[in-house]
This record gives sequence, C-alpha cells and structure tokens, in this order.
Amino acid sequence: MTPTKTPTAPASPFADEIRKTTCYMCACRCGIDVHIKDGRVAYIDGNRDHPVNGGVLCAKGSAGLKSHTAPSRLRAPLRRTGPRGSGEFEEITWEEALSTAADWLRPIRQDAPEKLAFFTGRDQSQSFTGFWAQAYGTPNYAAHGGFCSVNMAAAGIYTMGGAFWEFGQPDWDRTKLLVLFGVAEDHDSNPIKVGLGKLKGRGARVISVNPIRTGYSAIADDWYGITPGTDGLLILSLIHVLLKAGKVDLDYLARWTDAPVLLKEAPGAPDHGLVLRNDEGKALVIDRRTGQPAPFDAAGVRPDMGGRLVKDGTSHRTVFDKLIRRYMDPIYAPEAVSRACGIAPDRIHALAATLADAAFSEPVTIAQPWTDFRGERHEEMTGRPVSMHAMRGISAHANGFQTARALHVLQILLGTVETPGGFRFKPPYPKPFHAHPVPHSACHPGTPLAGPHLGFVRGPDDLALKDDGTAARIDKAFTWDNPMSAHGLMHMVIANAHAGDPYKIDTLFLYMANMAWNSSMNTAGTMQMLTDTDENGDYVIPRIIYSDAYASEMVAYADLILPDTTYLERHDCISLLDRPISEADAAADAIRWPVVEPERPGHEGVRGFQSALLDLGVRLGLPGFVDGDGQALYSDYADYMVRHERRPGIGPLAGWRGEDGSREGRGAPNPDQLQRYIDNGGFWVGHMPDEARFFKPWNRAYQDWAVKMGFYDAPQPYLFSLYCEPLRRFQLAAEGHGERQPPERLRARIKAQLDPLPLWYRAEAEGDTDYPIHALTQRPMAMYHSWGNLNAWLRQIHGANPLYVPLEIMEQHGLKDGDWAHVTSPHGRITVPVVGMAAVNGKTVWTWNAIGKRKGAWALDDGAREATEGFLLNHLIHELLPPKGDGQRWSNSDPVTGQAAWFDLKVRIEKAAVQPESQPAFPPLKRPPGIRP
Amino acid sequence: MTCLPTTTDRKLGLAIDLDTCVGCHACVISCKGWNAGDDGAGLGDADPYGADPLGAFLNRVHTFEVQPEDAPAQIVHFPKSCLHCDDAPCVTVCPTGASLKRTEDGIVLVNEADCIGCGLCAWACPYGAREMDPVAKVMRKCTLCVDRIYNDALPEEDRIPACVRTCPAGARHFGDFADPDSHVSRLTAERGGFALMPEQGTRPVNRYLPPRPRDRAPEVPMLTPVAEEPTGFLAWLDRALEKL
Amino acid sequence: MHPAPSVILFTSLSGLGFGLLVFLGLGLPPVTGWVAFVFWLIGYVLACGGLIASTFHLGHPERALKAFTQWRSSWLSREAWGSVIALVLMAITGIGAVFLGARWALPGVLGALVCLGTVFITSMIYAQLKSVPRWHSAWTPLLFLAISLAGGALLAGQASVAVPLLLLAGAVQIVAWFAGDRAMGRSGTTLATATGLGPKVRLLAPPHTGPNYLTQEMVFVIGRKHATRLRAIALLLMSVLPVILLLLPFHHLLGLLAVLFHVAGVVVSRWLFFAEAEHVVGLYYGQR
Ligand SMILES: Nc1nc2c(c(=O)[nH]1)N[C@H]1C(S)=C(S)[C@@H](COP(=O)(O)OP(=O)(O)OC[C@H]3O[C@@H](n4cnc5c(=O)[nH]c(N)nc54)[C@H](O)[C@@H]3O)O[C@H]1N2
Ligand SMILES: Nc1nc2c(c(=O)[nH]1)N[C@H]1C(S)=C(S)[C@@H](COP(=O)(O)OP(=O)(O)OC[C@H]3O[C@@H](n4cnc5c(=O)[nH]c(N)nc54)[C@H](O)[C@@H]3O)O[C@H]1N2
Ligand code: SF4
Ligand code: SF4
Ligand code: SF4
Ligand code: SF4
Ligand code: SF4
Ligand SMILES: [Mo]
Repeated sequence: MTPTKTPTAPASPFADEIRKTTCYMCACRCGIDVHIKDGRVAYIDGNRDHPVNGGVLCAKGSAGLKSHTAPSRLRAPLRRTGPRGSGEFEEITWEEALSTAADWLRPIRQDAPEKLAFFTGRDQSQSFTGFWAQAYGTPNYAAHGGFCSVNMAAAGIYTMGGAFWEFGQPDWDRTKLLVLFGVAEDHDSNPIKVGLGKLKGRGARVISVNPIRTGYSAIADDWYGITPGTDGLLILSLIHVLLKAGKVDLDYLARWTDAPVLLKEAPGAPDHGLVLRNDEGKALVIDRRTGQPAPFDAAGVRPDMGGRLVKDGTSHRTVFDKLIRRYMDPIYAPEAVSRACGIAPDRIHALAATLADAAFSEPVTIAQPWTDFRGERHEEMTGRPVSMHAMRGISAHANGFQTARALHVLQILLGTVETPGGFRFKPPYPKPFHAHPVPHSACHPGTPLAGPHLGFVRGPDDLALKDDGTAARIDKAFTWDNPMSAHGLMHMVIANAHAGDPYKIDTLFLYMANMAWNSSMNTAGTMQMLTDTDENGDYVIPRIIYSDAYASEMVAYADLILPDTTYLERHDCISLLDRPISEADAAADAIRWPVVEPERPGHEGVRGFQSALLDLGVRLGLPGFVDGDGQALYSDYADYMVRHERRPGIGPLAGWRGEDGSREGRGAPNPDQLQRYIDNGGFWVGHMPDEARFFKPWNRAYQDWAVKMGFYDAPQPYLFSLYCEPLRRFQLAAEGHGERQPPERLRARIKAQLDPLPLWYRAEAEGDTDYPIHALTQRPMAMYHSWGNLNAWLRQIHGANPLYVPLEIMEQHGLKDGDWAHVTSPHGRITVPVVGMAAVNGKTVWTWNAIGKRKGAWALDDGAREATEGFLLNHLIHELLPPKGDGQRWSNSDPVTGQAAWFDLKVRIEKAAVQPESQPAFPPLKRPPGIRP
Repeated sequence: MTCLPTTTDRKLGLAIDLDTCVGCHACVISCKGWNAGDDGAGLGDADPYGADPLGAFLNRVHTFEVQPEDAPAQIVHFPKSCLHCDDAPCVTVCPTGASLKRTEDGIVLVNEADCIGCGLCAWACPYGAREMDPVAKVMRKCTLCVDRIYNDALPEEDRIPACVRTCPAGARHFGDFADPDSHVSRLTAERGGFALMPEQGTRPVNRYLPPRPRDRAPEVPMLTPVAEEPTGFLAWLDRALEKL
Repeated sequence: MHPAPSVILFTSLSGLGFGLLVFLGLGLPPVTGWVAFVFWLIGYVLACGGLIASTFHLGHPERALKAFTQWRSSWLSREAWGSVIALVLMAITGIGAVFLGARWALPGVLGALVCLGTVFITSMIYAQLKSVPRWHSAWTPLLFLAISLAGGALLAGQASVAVPLLLLAGAVQIVAWFAGDRAMGRSGTTLATATGLGPKVRLLAPPHTGPNYLTQEMVFVIGRKHATRLRAIALLLMSVLPVILLLLPFHHLLGLLAVLFHVAGVVVSRWLFFAEAEHVVGLYYGQR
C-alpha cells in the first residue's frame, strides 16, 4: 500500500489583517508585521520592506506576542501602601496618579528644580523626555548611555563625528575584512547578523577579538581570545607594526584628517600642545605647494604631514609627527604587549599583516564622481575594504574611551572610514563634536534650562560646575572626575542622592530602568539606599515615581507607578532627533502606533508614558506644553509627534512633512503624517543622492543634502581628529593653566590619562593576586536585559545562567559541570553553579547578563529557576573602586566619560557545597494587585 | 499511513549552514509562534510562568564546543529540527497511521487527529525531532511549514518555512534535494553538506553545511619595516609623500 | 530511557501472563473446572492488567482502537492484534477447560504459539529501535521470551521445566546485560556522527535551560554502582532464589515465595531494562 494520504495542514493562524509597526522587544527597532485575528494579536513576523531588518526577526521579536499578553503587565496606576521595597500597593485612578505627581513636582519647580532627578532607561524618546526636563528646569536629566556605552559614543564623536553603536555600519556589501572588538549582540542586532550572513556568503573574512568565543565570535574565521581590558594595547601595537611598515593611507591622512595640522610646541606655555589656528579659528597646515601655512580647508591646499613651522619663536609640528613618535616606541611592539594581552606576538604580526593586505592590496572603487569641500573633483570613490565594529567589550572598561579612540585612530590610519568597503556613518551622522551643543546645567526656580542637558564639552569652560566649583548635576556629570560624560552617569544617581553629595534631592523620577536590580552596580546596596530612612524616619530619597510596563523589581521600590502600555498599544516616535533607523545611504525614521488598543479589564488601565508625561507637563504649566492661557498644546503624544517643531520646519518625524506631505526633512507639520507612515509600513526612508554616499564629512553633495534635510543649518566639513584637542585643554588645566582648576586629587590622573593621543593604562587593579580572574557578562541573543524572562517562550531558552569557567580553572579547583562555587570580588560574594568551557580566555569567567530575577517579580512563580538558580554579577560590582590607600574612593568609571566600568570586575573562585539556591537570595516581593503568575 | 513510500517526487528539506549560524534562536521562536497559533493550542506550554516551564518546540539550537588538535577551541551553534528522513523509523513504528511520509514531497508529518500519543515515534527518532505536546498530548514535529509552502493565501515570497524566512544570518536554506540544480543541492555539493548519524540508516533529507576551517594563519606576507626610528620614518614619509 | 512505571508494569505483567497462558494452552498443568478457572484468571489478570497499564501512558487512550490499523509496518500495532488474538484463542481454550472440562488441543496450541508470538512482538517494539542500541539486539526478544517462559512455568507450577527455564532466563539476562553494555559503543553512533563536528566535540549548552519532553522521556542517568547492585538483586530475585526454593522439598509456601521473588526480580530487571538503555538523542544533550 502506498501512503498518499495528506493530512489537513495544522491550523494556521491566518490573520484578518496585518498591521505594520516597529518592534520594541529590544532597541534595534525592526519593522514588524503584526497579524491580527478577531481583534487580537495572533502572530508577528518581519516587515520585508523595512530598512532595518528586511523581513527577518530575532527570537525576541518573534516572541513579542507573549510579552504583549504576559501576566506581569501592569494594569493600573499604583500607590505604595506598605514600606518601600515590600511590593505592597493599591490601585488608583489616573487622575489621582497624575495629580499626585503634579502636586509633588510643582513646589520643587518653584523652589529648587534640581531637586527633581529625572532619568530614563533605553526608551527611544529621549528628545522628548529631555525636552520635558529642560522645560521643567532641572539639570538632572539623562538616559542610560552613561552606564551603557558612552565611551564608544564620545570617542567616536570626538574623533570622527560619528560612532559605532547603531550610528554607523560596516559597508556590508563591499568590505573584505571585518574585525569585531568585544561585540556580543549590540543594538544593531539584526543588521549585524544579516551583514555577517552577507560576508559569509561572499567568503569575506571575519575576525573577532573577544575573550569569549560565542555568538558572532563563534562564526569568526579567526578568534583572538584577548585578556579583558587590554584591547587598547593590542590596537596600539597594531598601529606600531603598521606605522613601522609604512602601511598607512598617507593620501587619506593628508586630505581628511588632522594628521597635517600643526601643534604648538611650547612646553610650559598655556597653549602648549594646542592646534595652531588662524584668526578665523581655522586649523593651519603647511601647504606642500607653497611650504607656507594655510587653513586646512583652503581651496587646492595640499596638506603636508611632515610640515614644520617656527612662528613667533614657537616651533610647530604636525599631529602625524607626534603620532609616529608616540607609537613607534618599542613599548608597543607585539613582543612587548603580548603577555598583557594574552596573545602571541606572531598572531599580532599576522593580524597587522592581514589588515594591511586587505586594506592596500585590493582597493574598492566605485565609478562615482564627487567633489570635496576644498572644491576638488574626484572621478571615482576609492576605499579600503576593511571595516571594524566594536561595542561594550572595549567601552565598558575604565580605559574604554582611550581604547575606542585608539581603534578609531587605527581605522583612520588605514583610510577605512567613510570610504567604500570601510565603516560608514548613518545620517544624521557624521556630525563633529563642535556641531553638537555643550551641556547646560545652570538652573533657576520656575524657569526652563537654557539649553539641552547633555552635550560635548570643548574644555574646562563647559563643565557643569557651580560657582563654588561643586557639581551642578546630581550624577556629577561634566565634572573634573569625568569631564566628557556626554550621556550623564545614571549609575551614580541613586548613590549620590542617597549620600546627599553633591546635594539632596526630593523626587527621583525614573522611566524604564530597572535600577533596583540588574541595571545597578552593588544591587543589594542600591536596594538599601532606596529604602534607607533618616533620623526622622523619612526616606533619604523622599519620593520615587516610576514608569514601567511590567511588574519589575524596580516597581516595588517606587511610591507612585505610572503604568505604561506594551509596545503594540501606543504611539512612539523613532526620530532623527534621537536614535533613528537610518542607513548609510539614507535617512530613515519610524513610528509605533496602537495596533491594538490597551485593555486591562477590571482595572483602571494603562497609558503610554509619553502621553502621561505630556499631561504632567500641562498640569505643571511647562512652557512648550501649554499655550499662553495654560491650555494644553498637544492632546497626546501622537499629536506632539505630528505638530511639535524643535526648530521651524523640523519636528520629531522627517517624512511626509509640509501641509500636503510632499516635503522631507524640513517642512510644516502635516496633519495626515501618521497615516502616511502607517500606509508606508510604519517608517519613512529618504535616500541621499548617489554622489553623497561616501566621504560624507568632506563631500559637498552630502553636506548640502544634510542641510536640506535639516541635520544642520550650514555645511559642516571637518577633519577627523587623531589628536583630541579638548583633552589637551583639560591637561593644560591640570598643569596649572587657566581659571578653572581641577581639585588636587585629580591633577595627576588628568595629566596622565586625558592624553590627546590614545594611550593604554591598566583599568583594573594591577597584579591583584587576591582577585586574579576577570568576570564578564554577555547579552544573550534571545533575551533583552531583565525584560525577556517575563516571556513564556524566551524564558524556556534562558531560564537560568551558569557561570562559565575556563577548563584549567575548573581543574585547579576540582570543579565539575553543575558544581557550585563561591565567586568573590573586593566588594562581595555570590555562590553560583558553574560549567566548564574551553573557548574562552584562560583568565576569564562569564555569565549571561540579567537572567537572575528577584522572587516575586515579573509575575513568575517563587520557585522560578530565574529566582532560585539565576544570578547577577552586579552584586560583585561596586560603583566605587576598593580603597587604594590614597584616602580616596575612586569611582568605578572611565576618567574621561564616567562610563560605568562593568567589565573591570576581578574575582576569585572557590568550590562550594551544592546549594539549594544561588546566593545572595532576597525575600520575595509581594505582587502588585491584579498580578499573579 | 505508516508504510514508507519507495520514492518521493520531491525531497523538500533544509540545508543548515553551521558556518553562519550565530545561535540566536530566532528560528526556534518563529517556528514556535507560527505553529502555536494565536491561542497556543498548536504547540503547547505547560506551566509557562512556573518553576519549570515545559513547552514543545519543533526546532532547538544546541551549542557545542569543538577542540581541534592544534587550534583554539571553537563553538558551533547547532539548530536541529526534523530531517524528513527517507527511511524514517518514526513513521514505520506508528501504530495508528498518524505518522506518515508524503509521496509528493517527502515531508514527514503527524496527523494529530489520529495520534494516540503513545510516544513510540519519538523513541524511534534518533535525532530528538519529535516532541509530545504537554497540553494537547499529541505528538508534534516540524511540518516543514507545509501550511506555508503551499499556501496560496500567502504572498509567493512567503511560501517558505517560518524559520527560514526569519533567520537573520541566512543560515537556513529551503529547497528540493531531489533536484540537483536546486539552491540547496548546489550548496550541499559546494560546501560538503553532510547528513547526521548516517549509520542509523534513516537517510535524512536535511543537510548540514560544515563550519569552514578556522584560525588558519593568513596567506599574506608579514610586514617589513621601512624604518625603526621616528626620524628614519619621517625621511621615508617625505619620499613617500613626494610620490603621491 | 525514563523507567516509566506504566511500561515496566505492562511488559513485566503481560510477559508473565502470556507465559502462563502458553503453558495453559499446552495443557500444563492439565487442569479443568475451578482450578482451571483460577489459573486462567491469573493469566488474564496479568496479561490484561499489563495491557491496561500500557494505555496509561497514552496521551489519547480514547483513540486506542486506531492502533489496530498499521499491522503491516508497526510492531506496536501488531502487538495489539497479537494480544487480542492470543486472548481470544486462549479464551476458547479456557472455556473448554473451565466449563466443559475439555482440553482442546488445537486452540490451546495455537493460543500458546500466539501468546509466545505476542511476547516476541512486545520485545520487538524495543528491539526494532536502532536509536536505543542496548535494545537493538537479538538478546532483547530472547530475554523477553526466556523470562516470560520461566515465569509462566513457575506460575504454572511446572517446577521441572521452571528450574532450567529460570536458569536460562538468568543466563540470557547476564549475556544481555553485558552485550548491552557494549551496544552503544558498537552502534557506531557518537556525538561525532551526530554532529559531524569531528572527534573532540562536547555539549556546552543545551538548547533550553529547562527540561523538555526528550530529556524527560529519553535521557535518564543511572549511576554505575547503583546499576551493578540492582543487577545483582534482579538476578537473585528473578532466577537464583526461585531456583533454590524450587529445589528445596516442595511446599506451597515456598512455591508462592518463589513466584513473588521472581516477579519482584522481573520488575527490577525491567526497570533496569529501561533505566540502563541509552537513547542516542542523549548525545545531543551531553550524555556520554
Ligand atoms: N552586570 C552587568 N550589568 C549591566 C550590564 C552588563 O553588561 N553587565 N549592562 C548595563 C547596560 S549597557 C544597560 S543599558 C543596563 C540596562 O538596564 P535597564 O535599562 O534597567 O534594562 P532592563 O532590565 O531592560 O529594564 C528596563 C525596564 O523597563 C521596563 N519596560 C519594558 N518595556 C517597557 C515599556 O514599554 N514601557 C516602560 N515604561 N517600561 C518598560 C522593564 O520592565 C524593565 O523594568 O544594564 C546595565 N547593567
Ligand atoms: N539580545 C539582546 N540585545 C541587546 C541587549 C540585550 O540585553 N539583549 N542589550 C542592548 C544594550 S543596552 C546594549 S548596551 C548592547 C550591548 O551590546 P554588546 O556590546 O554586544 O554587549 P555585551 O553583551 O555586553 O558584549 C560585550 C562583549 O564584549 C566582550 N568583552 C568583554 N570585555 C572585553 C574586552 O576587554 N575586550 C574585548 N575585545 N571584548 C570584551 C564580551 O565577551 C562580550 O562578548 O546590546 C543591546 N542589544
Ligand atoms: S532585534 Fe529583535 S527584538 Fe530587537 S527590534 Fe529587531 S526583532 Fe525586535
Ligand atoms: S528526523 Fe526523526 S522525526 Fe524526522 S523523519 Fe527522521 S526519524 Fe522521523
Ligand atoms: S505518538 Fe502518535 S504519531 Fe507517534 S507513534 Fe504514537 S500514534 Fe503515532
Ligand atoms: S520548517 Fe517550519 S515547522 Fe519546521 S522547524 Fe522550520 S518553522 Fe518549524
Ligand atoms: S535563526 Fe539562523 S542564525 Fe539564528 S539560530 Fe537559527 S539558524 Fe542559527
Ligand atoms: Mo546598554
């Protein structure tokens, strides 16, 4: 008998309708097709037309349905009824919630606006929340960037006017060699995977420098299992080898970078080491045609990298001259750095040779004429097909800024930035640091702040210091401790507010950041600070308002909860003013819109946080939120997205502007704009002319297009900064020059570490024999921080996290897979299950980030493995370094940017008896009303 | 019907590229989502928010560590779903006829209305490609998205398995292995695609493309210095700049 | 494999039951009337009890009748037929013996053969599985048959046949264990063939951190020491002690004890049969 019978196909979730919006299971912002059946979400897959993902989705994106329906969703505004941290709440109405918040915030604004600290997590509305905070008038606003990857952002902007993160991309279609430094997943999750797939398809080479060989590193053709914190040294060694061999792109350096720019050499003078400029402030170079100094951008100038000048008795040499003297030093020879980096000298030589070969043996050429900012026309676009990408592996160290700078210098020396086959910026980048605002922090009762909170300092004058020299901001951003903290220091807010240093605050207002758990260092200490009372029995941090969409750990520590919708239930704006979805060839932005209406039957219900914040702004009468009569300017966030104008003609969304929707970038508000987005699949793409696609910082066509789109108001051509002059200004201050002087305790450090040319120093305690092992975390691809485990499908993949330990260390300590170990840092001890691993740097242990959960949170069973077995490394990390004997407690962050140094953690490990639960364990939180597993 | 066809007209299946799979589990969840349906009834989860959630999945990604003789250890992410074997032991053991292999395209399916949930087919499968639905108590397995690939209601480009459509790295390829010119056949030939557990005699249709050799010294010349000292370098620079 | 009580009971009890029916079918002991009724009852309770137990692990027992459809290819389906035919034939024989005092040879012998065949079929459900190398061997049917016959002889009170059969069962059991210990190694299936990733490969992380159907059903680990101890116990109870008891001067109590020991031994042996059997899928989950 031949079997021919075909069963009926399994029931397929065919939808009545597909609604296209933007994913928010992570911050990558892929386009999704939400299949709706009987008014409910039935299935989610990728939008094929979308510029970010082109149809693919990651595990989290496909699991969105389960987050949208999770039992941990909040249902109503909550008011705390029990002690803070207990989780006892009552449900209240939105009117009660918003009037309570307004009643708390109104008097503060009239008396001392800085007593409100408003900090947000990885939301995508920072241009809006920042606008609100600016109107309110508090200097205390920032988002998560400070503990995330500000080293990467700041180093990129200060060096090249653009950064990795998701603000640039390898030229996936042309690159022949990609080197990844410390990337596990990154924000550009799907684009990187799609790109890696393309490289594999073409047989291009992928190299990963990473202590751990999982994920992207697993498919790399070559793996450099570097010892954590030493990438800077490796990179400078590569520069050493390349320079010595003359394998740098001299033409590129001469034309597009500050390599030929003249620096003053006048030791002891207040301008020693600063750039020589003409009266108009233009940097000067020696023109090879004349041998005379000329402004860098003069028509036809041929900058001389070997130029010298003696002027008014001061000698001047080029940046390049200084650079080769620095890096040809034998301390950077592969043989000299090998031990520290844990990489054999011949492999460093091989890597340098591979880079040189890929860069110089086969340039990529596109037959596309273009004209540069000096007016010179080029018949084609030629590039060096080497691209690099890096993320927190190099930036989450206390030497991360300088390491990221070193990496950019390497990219630039090879001539690979903004050229075909290299690394490319995504609009609105490139944008040099001097085109960004400086930080604003001077605050006056009842008055908005004069400008944005965050920015890029040019020197000591821009620091956020009060007249008495103390920090103007609660997080002490932009102070001598971390002068270039362009994203603020979210990880210091609670500790500083608790210590009343630099001052006490009244209300802590947090949005979408799980600060009582996985996003804090010293988690147990943070919970303590949030619940601590003063001598009167009042909370040291008097009031905490929080917006979350789910019953997270942080919810239990707030006094008032503003429950957000899920991402499928609200309007959101992924804006060019913030973190857009642009591609290297196009500007692009997107929206979210309520593809289903929020419903929480039997409860008061939830509201999009931005709409709630608008309402709060109206109740407080904030300028920009009310008109002259105190009437609301916008009915809700959707209305704001359409009608708000930051500058005339420039609003949150760049597509379909102008009354009839015919304009892009600049144009009057279009009442029909959101519908146009929805009709187009939830996003807008504006392509740049072909002539503008590469060499953007120097390309006239690009500069003109950028002005037309409204990224800036006049062309901004600039040179890449191998030499970071703002750093030199801080050094000069430390050397005693200028009005504003650093405190004595910081002088030596600023002189040594704020070097205008990249350098490497050991970030963690040197030669510490008590804590010989590096401990890292990695992002699992199928989980997003703490908020993946509320998802029924994802939590089956990562429901617990072992500590992965190199096999040699396992053997040393007599450990077998599944055994338990005590892991001790100078700050604390955890006891956790271990698993042995070979494909890892021999001095490094690691685990997945944020899998461990507090019992009672996230509507999970108290016995959930996340809560019994899962654990956080955060208990071992302190926001201050252990005492060094100099009487100081140094902050555990980068001395330039204040970036939290999560990955400088060092530990020791001992075998432990089998445990019923990982340690430390905390008592279960009570679940808010209406929430049960 | 649990007798196996002697031949099938086509041999539809997957070629999975172990050189490209980053282990993201995207295919696992898109498969889950597609097959579970909006109420989850198609692929159940027991105790989803409890201490030990237990769901059925038709595709799971394992992580292996490989230790070559003379190179650093490697990690290989290894997705695994039904291989739609030509000599599928899971089919012949089935007492009810619920398990079958289709003559027209070789897809191995379970007709859930006939399944008594005895579990024998899962025992017979050496690959662990069948899982009992903990809620519906019937056997589940990869259908090769038979309800997508022939589905006129879907746009033509979407008539591919959900896991293939979603794989961000492009590590999953779908096609007809009976056609030597198909994309999957050519990939298999070029890259030395192999079958899992050939000695089990199941003759799987799916193929795995092996990881490319790793950590090989590059075939490029090592760099030779043009100068040892900065001053020498500056002199070289001058000459080099002349030539530009 | 997970030693599920339902399957252990099923195979042990039905094996014994059919073993007894074999002897009854052959007219051993040559009983009729009430005595025959008791013997038949014991045989049916054991055989049917086992079959009923086997339905406990079905997800949809209400569809069990569908299991009769695939006798062409499926040993499980054949077992359904085998049991039913055996029980029908033996019922006819039993009616003759109990009610008519007749000892019908034709249905009896046929019934005995089909009973034996059913035990063989049951064993083939396991022996056919290449995915479980320990089972995939001629020793599996031999073991099932030997144990079934020995138990049947014992229950049938055929001491003279039972002693050699018990010894045979013990011997087959020993050989089966030792052959089984090498089966995985000889199967040629290793993590290397399972993954194609060369000789030095090991699982670093399972696909999901939690358990799943496969790990619950097919990955069961039993300590070597524990297994050795249980093997000794099984052998002692199943074979050695009953033989000793049978060789002692006959007493009903000793006979009963021999039966009880034997049944306990068979259950332990069956527990080990499952617990020690490794499914090759375990390789993917880091077993071995
Ligand atoms: N050990 C260690 N710690 C780390 C890191 C590390 O690498 N290692 N990484 C650090 C980094 S880079 C970061 S960015 C932080 C991240 O830390 P957090 O920003 O705190 O990240 P989440 O845990 O995702 O917390 C975000 C909160 O937002 C809530 N949420 C989810 N969706 C919504 C929504 O739609 N609306 C609202 N209002 N809330 C929502 C979630 O429920 C959760 O409570 O962690 C840091 N912590
Ligand atoms: N799936 C998923 N995606 C996410 C997130 C998530 O939680 N889940 N979070 C998002 C957020 S907020 C962020 S900030 C990004 C972060 O994206 P990534 O930067 O990719 O984040 P991490 O997982 O912290 O990865 C750090 C990597 O650096 C390596 N590393 C650590 N120290 C060193 C070192 O000294 N040198 C080198 N070379 N490597 C080192 C680690 O092994 C790890 O592979 O991811 C975003 N995307
Ligand atoms: S990477 Fe995944 S979770 Fe993030 S936006 Fe894209 S699909 Fe959603
Ligand atoms: S992989 Fe397993 S379930 Fe799929 S056809 Fe082969 S034996 Fe059957
Ligand atoms: S579980 Fe279902 S499909 Fe599998 S063998 Fe039993 S009846 Fe057949
Ligand atoms: S082909 Fe379909 S059913 Fe099979 S693994 Fe892929 S998504 Fe799942
Ligand atoms: S989706 Fe693709 S890359 Fe991700 S695990 Fe599956 S096969 Fe691998
Ligand atoms: Mo982050």
